[in-house]
Amino acid sequence: MTAETGIGAAVKRKEDGRFLTGRGRYTDDINQPGQVHAFFLRSPHAHATINSIDVNAAKSAAGVRAVYTGTDVTAEDVGTLICGWNVVGKNGEGHLAPPHPVIASGKARYVGDPVAVVVADTLAQAKDAAELIDVDYGVLPASADLATTLDAGAAQIHDEVPGNMSYDWDLGDKAAVDAAFAGAAHVTKLEIVNNRLAPNAIEPRAAVGAHDPGTDQHTLYLASQNPHVTRLVLSAFHGLAPEHKLRVVAPDVGGGFGSKIFIYNEDVFLTWASAKVGRPIKWTAERSESFMTDAHGRDHVTTAELALDGDGNFLAMRVDTIANMGAYLSTFSTAVPTYLYGTLLAGQYKTPVIHVNVRAAFTNTVPVDAYRGAGRPEATFVVERLVEQAARETGVDPAELRRRNFIQPDEFPYQTPVALQYDSGNYEATMDKALGLADYAGFAARKAEAAGRGKRRGIGFSNYIEACGLAPSQVVGSLGAGVGQWESAQVRFNPTGNVLVFTGSHSHGQGHETTFAQIVSDKLGIPLENVEVVHGDTASVPFGMGTYGSRSLAVGGSAIVKACDKIVEKGRKIAAHIMEASVEDIEYDGGTFAVAGTDKSITTAEIAFAAYVPHNYPLDELEPGLDENAFYDPANFTYPAGCQICEVEIDPDTGVVEIAKFTAVDDFGNVVNPMIVEGQVHGGITQGIGQALHEGVVYDGSGQLITGSFMDYQMPRAGDLPSYDVDTTVTPCPHNPLGVKGCGEAGAIAAPAAVMNAVTDALGIDNMQMPATAEKVWRAANAG
Amino acid sequence: MASVSLTVNGEAVSAEVEDRTLLVQLLRDHLRLTGTHVGCDTSQCGACVVHMDGRSVKSCTVLAAQASGADVTTIEGIADGDTLHPMQQAFMDNHGLQCGFCTPGMVMSAIDLLKRHPGADEATIRRELEGNLCRCTGYHNIVKAIRQVATAG
Ligand code: FES
Ligand code: FES
Repeated sequence: MTAETGIGAAVKRKEDGRFLTGRGRYTDDINQPGQVHAFFLRSPHAHATINSIDVNAAKSAAGVRAVYTGTDVTAEDVGTLICGWNVVGKNGEGHLAPPHPVIASGKARYVGDPVAVVVADTLAQAKDAAELIDVDYGVLPASADLATTLDAGAAQIHDEVPGNMSYDWDLGDKAAVDAAFAGAAHVTKLEIVNNRLAPNAIEPRAAVGAHDPGTDQHTLYLASQNPHVTRLVLSAFHGLAPEHKLRVVAPDVGGGFGSKIFIYNEDVFLTWASAKVGRPIKWTAERSESFMTDAHGRDHVTTAELALDGDGNFLAMRVDTIANMGAYLSTFSTAVPTYLYGTLLAGQYKTPVIHVNVRAAFTNTVPVDAYRGAGRPEATFVVERLVEQAARETGVDPAELRRRNFIQPDEFPYQTPVALQYDSGNYEATMDKALGLADYAGFAARKAEAAGRGKRRGIGFSNYIEACGLAPSQVVGSLGAGVGQWESAQVRFNPTGNVLVFTGSHSHGQGHETTFAQIVSDKLGIPLENVEVVHGDTASVPFGMGTYGSRSLAVGGSAIVKACDKIVEKGRKIAAHIMEASVEDIEYDGGTFAVAGTDKSITTAEIAFAAYVPHNYPLDELEPGLDENAFYDPANFTYPAGCQICEVEIDPDTGVVEIAKFTAVDDFGNVVNPMIVEGQVHGGITQGIGQALHEGVVYDGSGQLITGSFMDYQMPRAGDLPSYDVDTTVTPCPHNPLGVKGCGEAGAIAAPAAVMNAVTDALGIDNMQMPATAEKVWRAANAG
Repeated sequence: MASVSLTVNGEAVSAEVEDRTLLVQLLRDHLRLTGTHVGCDTSQCGACVVHMDGRSVKSCTVLAAQASGADVTTIEGIADGDTLHPMQQAFMDNHGLQCGFCTPGMVMSAIDLLKRHPGADEATIRRELEGNLCRCTGYHNIVKAIRQVATAG
């Protein structure tokens, strides 16, 4: 039974039926009796004092129930938005985290900063009333450019942060790195801008806040990746309600990519205001609001250098980065350019010494935080652009140069010079498989053929590594995280033998309802259709940390395995009692408990019935019921790695870059559902290609958002892309029970470097900043 | 206010709506047909695609009043009882959806696409999906699903 539906099977998804028939239930689909609507009036200026706000006309407009300004909200002690990860800088002190008000008061610091909120019976009434609000702004010079915001003379954004710098952090042995560079035979150096991205889940952020005065229960329906963390923060830091009086429900969520991890102004406001107004309040972002207010991703300016000896061995790497934080520190923003970036700079290589320095800078732009990959794409881009460029400069084949420097399979566990200890991998085998799939040997002929048609063809590699499965709690705690990083699971049999699985992870497209059911079906021998996965509601699932950083299967899945193990352990005792055998003689396999050496056996479903109707049951030794929970805190991160190869063809007449071929071979450890894994890779690659060729958030010098809609921000579309060649290799993760590593971010991490290596190869140039738009490419192709 | 009467998924419906009401608002807010989604405010994403008199339209860009008298089909109206429409089935078979948010619009666009281009090849499908954004799937499996229907029978 379980062979077709168990671990390793490409099972079709259980959740698809409702999504395909229009019966999904996303936050904006939820309507509460008596519900009213909120509209946020936002600052049109990047940096301005708020001298006064006149809301009188708005208050008396049709349908309006309340109008709130920053002053009203601050007076009620709802706290300020927090950053949950304290990064300690070189000076030994924590980062500077200026107050981040829920509704701006005194000053607005980015275009989109909320300055007032109208609550009205209909959304149209709320919008109409907002037009009547008169805000007297004193426009200030803005500091919107990352490259200059730390300079003397830049506009100062927070009084508490002189020089606009939140922290100055480093990692690695600087003296050893400098010495290695001094003695190097060759040094490759690149200036790199990692372009700023808008996450753009197709479902915009949305929330419905409600309060039941009878029970004093607050409920927040929220498009969220981690409802428990949201509840914890709203409760502990904003004091809106004690945790047991606050329920956060993340129903079907239409994509997250990081942007729905964070605790936003609107989440706090709606929870607070719904009790105040005495009505459920709904807010759904319009896309232009998403562009203005969703935490953006990436946005680094970096100088990177790689030192090599005369044989092409890497000696040292030196990286200096300025990372954009935006106007305030978002929830996990500080960890992204430090612990998720600096620690990954060893890549797949034996570079003996590495030093990275990161300065986190404020600008008058929306906050920047984790976006698919979070820090690891930036690290991979630095490493893989440097390696490719070094290969070109030294005249070594780029695959060969990588091969020379790979960490070897027998060197695991491998301690890098930047804190991490890699658990397993076989980088050469993975690259060889990719070289075959991409027909690397045939590239020269394809290039020549393209040249005959007047096209320029190029090829580029990206051999990425990522640290997934966030994370050992004590490790992240020692690095400044404000939360643990375990995951929870509960496996509950019903008396009739079907199973409910409660997980603290959250699915917003990843297919957990299927993958997690496969694990339980496999471990407990229950038909897949008899397993239901429940997630996303703090009222029903145990406290969990949610989904990000490709952690759900490695951490959440492992918790499920642990709970299943407990079920089997208890089942053995029940089976021994019923079959009058000793526990040691009970053999368990695929849902059947048998007495060794006999033909006596009993199924898990029968065990479940006996546990709930305990007439023949060892009540003196065992509690009735079959319902186990487990918490899993991993021993280490997991380290998926792979090789992605991109082949492009450039038309020098138009500058258009066509992705002619894209190959990805990834080592995700064991795979539970290969169909879902491939889908994750496809999506990640597309976001990576998007970063390399299409996407880029642009603010002008005054901090105006130039790319504020899908008309100005170029999302990758079907016609821009080819179909991909995707395969895997397997070195199981040695420290989690499933042997899995995580697959959600690989493509987004690897693809940008692969594409840019291919583009620069085709053009025969050293460097080009992303996105490689047709205009930029045309100029490069036609220069000189 | 405008009175609108139309057929939605084979049923006659009428409503009194503000003049500025969009077809998608009529469907979602008045008729509670929440399968049709809104993903943008510039008519770019295609999450809102429905069929109006047999042609795909972006329901965020049609006034409810303009749809008066029309025959509208939404994602809720294409399956035959418990039997999925072949396009829905192909999306399921090929893992053509992840978060499901773009999916209703994708499926409705895909059905119309094959009506206009029977047997469409990959390049045609990719070009014709220009008005539909998906952030999850990378389009690979969506294209595969539509190809499956295009080549069936
Ligand atoms: S909602 Fe985006 S096109 Fe209609
Ligand atoms: S499946 Fe999520 S946007 Fe397409």
